[in-house]
Amino acid sequence: MAEQKAVDPNAPALQKLMGWVDARFPATKMWNEHAAEYYAPKNFNFWYFFGSLATLVLVIQIVTGIFLVMNYKPDAALAFGSVEYIMRDVPWGWLVRYMHSTGASAFFVVVYLHMYRGLIYGSYRKPRELVWIFGCLIFLCLMGEAFMGYLLPWGQMSYWGAQVIVNLFSAIPFVGPDLALLIRGDYVVSDATLNRFFSFHVIAIPLVLLGLVVAHIIALHEVGSNNPDGVEIKAKKDGQGRPLDGIPFHPYYTVHDILGVSVFLIVFSAIIFFAPEFGGYFLEFNNFIPADPLKTPPHIAPVWYFTPFYSMLRATTDQMVYVLAAIVVIAAVLAILRGGLKPMAKIGVVIGAVLGIGALMVFEAKFWGVVVMGGAVIILFFLPWLDNSPVKSVRYRPSWHRILYGILVIDFIVLGYLGIQPPSPVGEHVSQLGTVLYFGFFLLMPIWSRMGEFKPVPERVTYHAH
Amino acid sequence: MKKLIALLLATLALWGSAQAAEEGPEWDKFPVDRTTDMASLQNGAKLFVNYCLNCHSAAYMRYNRLKDIGLTDEQIKGNLMFASEKVGETMKVSLDPRQAKDWFGATPPDLTVIARSRAGHGGTGSDYLYTYLRSYYRDNARPTGWNNTVFPNVGMPNVLWELQGQRVPKFADEKDPHEEGRTVHRLVGFEQVTPGKLTPQEYDRAVADLVAYLTWMGEPAQHHRVRVGVWVLIFLAFVFVIAWRLNAAYWKDVK
Repeated sequence: MAEQKAVDPNAPALQKLMGWVDARFPATKMWNEHAAEYYAPKNFNFWYFFGSLATLVLVIQIVTGIFLVMNYKPDAALAFGSVEYIMRDVPWGWLVRYMHSTGASAFFVVVYLHMYRGLIYGSYRKPRELVWIFGCLIFLCLMGEAFMGYLLPWGQMSYWGAQVIVNLFSAIPFVGPDLALLIRGDYVVSDATLNRFFSFHVIAIPLVLLGLVVAHIIALHEVGSNNPDGVEIKAKKDGQGRPLDGIPFHPYYTVHDILGVSVFLIVFSAIIFFAPEFGGYFLEFNNFIPADPLKTPPHIAPVWYFTPFYSMLRATTDQMVYVLAAIVVIAAVLAILRGGLKPMAKIGVVIGAVLGIGALMVFEAKFWGVVVMGGAVIILFFLPWLDNSPVKSVRYRPSWHRILYGILVIDFIVLGYLGIQPPSPVGEHVSQLGTVLYFGFFLLMPIWSRMGEFKPVPERVTYHAH
Repeated sequence: MKKLIALLLATLALWGSAQAAEEGPEWDKFPVDRTTDMASLQNGAKLFVNYCLNCHSAAYMRYNRLKDIGLTDEQIKGNLMFASEKVGETMKVSLDPRQAKDWFGATPPDLTVIARSRAGHGGTGSDYLYTYLRSYYRDNARPTGWNNTVFPNVGMPNVLWELQGQRVPKFADEKDPHEEGRTVHRLVGFEQVTPGKLTPQEYDRAVADLVAYLTWMGEPAQHHRVRVGVWVLIFLAFVFVIAWRLNAAYWKDVK
């Protein structure tokens, strides 16, 4: 048993109470480790608001979700009506529902910005690989959560979006059709699907999500935050072992984040109260028509946050599979000629390339579309090992690296835009180019990230007092 | 299974024509200020229960919600409810959906959120409805005797015809601007055949009132939402100022 800490009998009541608690639960210890004595770099900029904002949106989603579940009916015959019941008859139901629907989009906005921050400042580099991987797992959960939640209003887009995406699983060779059946619980999206998606949306995934968020923060506080300079602040400490460039998270970053929260809430509320549909991007117009299994909408598009990945899926046509095969051949030839590999490894590359091309030719393009779409997310997990740059932050990388990061953003936005549009021949070719660019950025990173002139990284962070 | 496929194909064809309709005439702008005008909304409600609520339901809309547009329970019961429902009930219809499908080729859709669902590239859902309800014309090739330029081969006849009167379309053959040597059959306007109870201007106003009602019914809380929103933003502006000064006060120590 741990020894009891003595509490001064003359101490104020509150201090005595804390002493009593601390003897039984590490409340003060945790507070100090994660807030009052957690030292964060003092040079955080705009990009560093989005972590705390993501936490805020998570809380908003959970709290509003609890109230929605009180009135929502996960039943194919009642679901659409129960959402309208919430919008009309439940006191302030419309507000709770709009907070939840806008919150879903807001979640992706802040998470995309949060991830991009990690990308440009090299926050995924050693020793923060696990912080990044937990983050990627959170992103995966979030995608599942959003996808399943979108079925629940049981509108036309809910229904046909789910139908299209679940059907994708049936393209997986051998197990696909059974897998799709297992996900749906029926041969089409139906009441059974609605019930299991509801269960996943309100219990299973949030549970995993919360666990991952805790792991993400614990891992972060173990290694400490990165910063826009990519300098390790723990390398320079004062006599008491405190980082010279660090400031306690509380109160400095708590007040800083409150400022960020106030700006976020202004934007968030402006959307909720004045444009909750957000021009059909947050609440799609078609979703105000109840789900009808016999009426396929002419144009099925996922909500905006999935459209970049959806574009990559649509880009993977039969033609595109040949392009992919050609890329495999080029990569194999380059690896053999320029890779400086041992003879055994060269044989391995040849066998791998032949198997890869064989698989590309044997399985249908739809399956490779699924692989491409999934791969676009999975590839993020490997980022810590793809980046060979000697510096972390984009600030000290060659200037043309910035252009590459800019191209990635434009590429992602263009893919997103094309995913919203109905398919067109021009759009198809642009999205194919976009897909190649996206994967090129990550797969060629081991090569391009070490090329060019790097600027010297300062010993200490750059900070100008305001 | 064959039946299902045939049905699917039929609906696809139907949707195809609906999509073609999107490329049809431009939608007129619905006068938005009507949705805040109580007299318009009340007139719209009257038109709605008289002309729409026989075939179309508004199954998520309660009669007593009409109090929000300035009516009393007695007014609602006396003037707007024809069956013996209670005032707290939703606007249902007794039309059998299967019979309706036989008669019109499609089940009349529920109209509760119709104004929210019909938005598209041409404008808002209100713009669509405002244009659609003013685009009927006589077409003896159709089983109902009516057709519509915004929704070609529509199943619904022009229920407002006694107000609008009967019209026939005027087409003109014009040179196709995109293809040389081809002519396009383009709608240039309508010709009034028999007058309605209302003049064309009065009819437009009546339809605007009806669409105002449909828009309001799509989200009865919409005006309340905007009013609350103003206060929320004013409050958050104060929060921002406090947070901004608080942040500055703490951060002045950081060198």
